[in-house]
Amino acid sequence: MATLSVCQPQLGGFSFENCKRNAVLEAEVTKLGCNIPAARKTGTTICGVVFKDGLVLGADTRATEGMIVADKNCSKIHYISPNIYCCGAGTAADTEMTTQIISSNLELHSLSTSRLPRVATANRMLKQMLFRYQGHIGAALVLGGVDCNGPHLYSIYPHGSTDKLPYVTMGSGSLAAMAVFEDRYKQDMEEEDAKRLVRDAIAAGIFNDLGSGSNIDLCVITKGRVDYLRPHDMANKKGVRTGNYKYKQGTTGVLTKSVIKLDLEVVEETVQTMDTS
Amino acid sequence: MNTRGLRSQLKDSVPVTGMGPQVGAYGVQDTLRSGFSSVKNELLPSHALELSEKNFQLNQDKMNFSTLRNIQGLHAPLKLQMEYRAARQIQRLPFLQSSHLALDTLKGNDESISFEDILNDPAQSEMMGEPHIMVEYKLGMM
Repeated sequence: MATLSVCQPQLGGFSFENCKRNAVLEAEVTKLGCNIPAARKTGTTICGVVFKDGLVLGADTRATEGMIVADKNCSKIHYISPNIYCCGAGTAADTEMTTQIISSNLELHSLSTSRLPRVATANRMLKQMLFRYQGHIGAALVLGGVDCNGPHLYSIYPHGSTDKLPYVTMGSGSLAAMAVFEDRYKQDMEEEDAKRLVRDAIAAGIFNDLGSGSNIDLCVITKGRVDYLRPHDMANKKGVRTGNYKYKQGTTGVLTKSVIKLDLEVVEETVQTMDTS
Repeated sequence: MNTRGLRSQLKDSVPVTGMGPQVGAYGVQDTLRSGFSSVKNELLPSHALELSEKNFQLNQDKMNFSTLRNIQGLHAPLKLQMEYRAARQIQRLPFLQSSHLALDTLKGNDESISFEDILNDPAQSEMMGEPHIMVEYKLGMM
């Protein structure tokens, strides 16, 4: 007699089939002393600041996998809608998929309301989804955009709580960046001052936190204009070699040269195009 | 919608049942996927989210209907549920893929994308249900 699960049609969404098996495997592996490979985190510094006519979002570009740098130049500022962008810290896959899902949902929503989407809508959608999964989706986000009510900046934590503030930082380098903000933030700054402030905050995170590094990306959002500056500043350029150890052409003298021609005939010629998309 | 008073609606949420014997393809315990059969395995879910995800849509609907009943009166959820029941009947036999277009439009699922649409798409599942058993179950003969 088959059980209920066979009689009912399959549903989409998350499948928890392998969780028990994974738990048993993990226990076995830790008994032997090895480690299960860790998910790729972004171990990040992300921040945002509201200035007079809009806001500036900033992020570093390092993605880590345990103690190794997995990606030296990853892009952490994700597109949500033409006037809303979101920086993501935490597990890289989670932030990526979450922002893509919310971006699609916002697009459908704005098509059905035929209005530019609001930042509060994106915030509410993200908060409800993250709370539904009780923090198992490790995505800490800084959401910012300019809509009909002006510039808005939100920080969203993995369990689903949100804060609406004039300046926010997230990620492992958030304390270093927040120190810079607390020192130099002023209300109603000019765009250049805000960019310099965010750049310095991210630089503080890059130089003082192991999980952040490489370049600084900025995204300036104002009413009707988005400047995605990637990279805004290459704070950590890889060194250039000063000495060249290759020998010059002609260092080794040529004594004799003999050329043997191989007679090959072309039997068949096929062209196979590679899918490089 | 998720911020409505959860406490007051808690008595309406779907009751939790055990996980049951995890039977695989050949009617034997599926050890690879659900572990050894034991009482603990049958009672506890394999992941903290398993129960809440299984009943998420049901719980949401119950909460929405009961709030709607409190605001607009009994007629509102009655009419909606009648329409859902009618739309649910427009589908193929259970082991074939039906599009659920009318039901999705009523529920508003045609204007949103979530993990149900991206992960584990039932249209692309590797195993097909056993036709006879599924139809018998649907007609209530089992």
